Amino acid sequence: MSELPGDLEYTNDHEWLRKEEDGSVTIGITDHAQTSLGDLVYVELPELDVDVEVGGEMAVVESVKAASDVYAPVSGNVVAVNEALSDDPEKINADPYGDGWIVRLQPTADGDGETMTPDEYQALLDELES
Amino acid sequence: MGEKTPLYQQHVDAGARIVDFGGWDMPLHYGSQLDEHNVVRSAAGMFDVSHMTVVDVTGADACTFLQTLLANDVARLKQAGKALYSCMLNPKGGVVDDLIVYFLDDNRYRLIVNAATREKDITWISGQVGSADVTINERAELAMIAIQGPEARNIAAALIPAEYRDAALALKPFFGLEAGDWFVARTGYTGEDGWEVVIPSVAAAALWDNCIAAGIKPCGLGARDTLRLEAGMNLYGTDMDDATSPLEAGLGWTIAWEPADRDFVGRTALEKVRANTERQKFVGLLLESKGVLRNHQRVVVDGLADGEITSGGFSPTMQRSVAMARMPAGDYSHAQVDVRGRLLDVRVVKIPFVRNGQVLTEI
Repeated sequence: MSELPGDLEYTNDHEWLRKEEDGSVTIGITDHAQTSLGDLVYVELPELDVDVEVGGEMAVVESVKAASDVYAPVSGNVVAVNEALSDDPEKINADPYGDGWIVRLQPTADGDGETMTPDEYQALLDELES
Repeated sequence: MGEKTPLYQQHVDAGARIVDFGGWDMPLHYGSQLDEHNVVRSAAGMFDVSHMTVVDVTGADACTFLQTLLANDVARLKQAGKALYSCMLNPKGGVVDDLIVYFLDDNRYRLIVNAATREKDITWISGQVGSADVTINERAELAMIAIQGPEARNIAAALIPAEYRDAALALKPFFGLEAGDWFVARTGYTGEDGWEVVIPSVAAAALWDNCIAAGIKPCGLGARDTLRLEAGMNLYGTDMDDATSPLEAGLGWTIAWEPADRDFVGRTALEKVRANTERQKFVGLLLESKGVLRNHQRVVVDGLADGEITSGGFSPTMQRSVAMARMPAGDYSHAQVDVRGRLLDVRVVKIPFVRNGQVLTEI
């Protein structure tokens, strides 16, 4: 099991968030999530400038095995999507915390959405493994 | 914890992701399902298919017994080793299982049936024996490895016992050969050339390890499924089952209607389905856009009842999504599929999609 990046926050749905300096939030799925899904073959991205609510469906990642929703971890406005995933969804498998990022949101509500620290998320993973 | 094949430890040691398949702990993939798929299309891969069930049918009445048991006609098998794909039907014309039968000699046939249906099949087959002079012998002590791909036979030939090597290489497609306590057949479930090798369980790990050393890549059930979908090969329990007629599962070609007086189980019911011009048809679908078709999605054609995808997925060879679907009778070349609430255009195309590394569907 690879080490979790310490500068990210995590969710119960195995997503990660990075707070950017401009106040936006970059979102992707964790290494655990991409491993469980297997090779990704298609990513459905949201339109730019769409408002999403916390917990709502924001994107879909489809692997050889199954389709899986990506939920908005916070309410926000879609300010960027990772277009490169359209042609190369396997970037998520190869680099889930980097090139495999999915969506960037500008939060529209203060502090909604529950996130975990790396230690808390690691504890969740340990529980799943046992 | 499910049943384990003699190669289970090999899978674990190779880092396989293990999943339950019909009560067996089997490898889904060993890292990348796409890489495993592609190596079978381009070079050589192998699958542990030891969970499948080998059943030997022997005795003076073996031929006539199988002529009643199976919808295809084993009397067509004249040459030793010749194989036949067939459905085994219930009296209602539904499919109990699909299988391959090998003709070994006049009194001996070998059936290879599915893993998930093992118990049902053995019970069904045994129940049909009646007063016939046949013995049904499940060969649970045998393992099976499918070595598949354009380079498969070339590479694996060196691993066949020397005295049988030339004969194995001379096998024509859909023939098998008894090679001492091995059985080598030029068959498979991928749409590529290759062998399926049945061996004593105690010899399985050594053959597997030798194949790896020779450059044959282990492949899991995930790649096996995408390969068979591209090759347009049905999966039991998904594309057909006890309640589905082979005529509505694209398997009409496996039914031997002649001789007309061969009264196989399910024949009467099947003849009624054949006479019904409104029976459902089984078609291939190609998704015109990006996205992935999945099992059980609804297929919509204007003015007709809905169809259903029986097997859908992403084709790594075509880089597009394809599916097999059961559809209402009618003439149409286009349809739409309800993919997670959105209707996406699909083209109705011929099955198979891919054979011997070549894409057959115009994209």
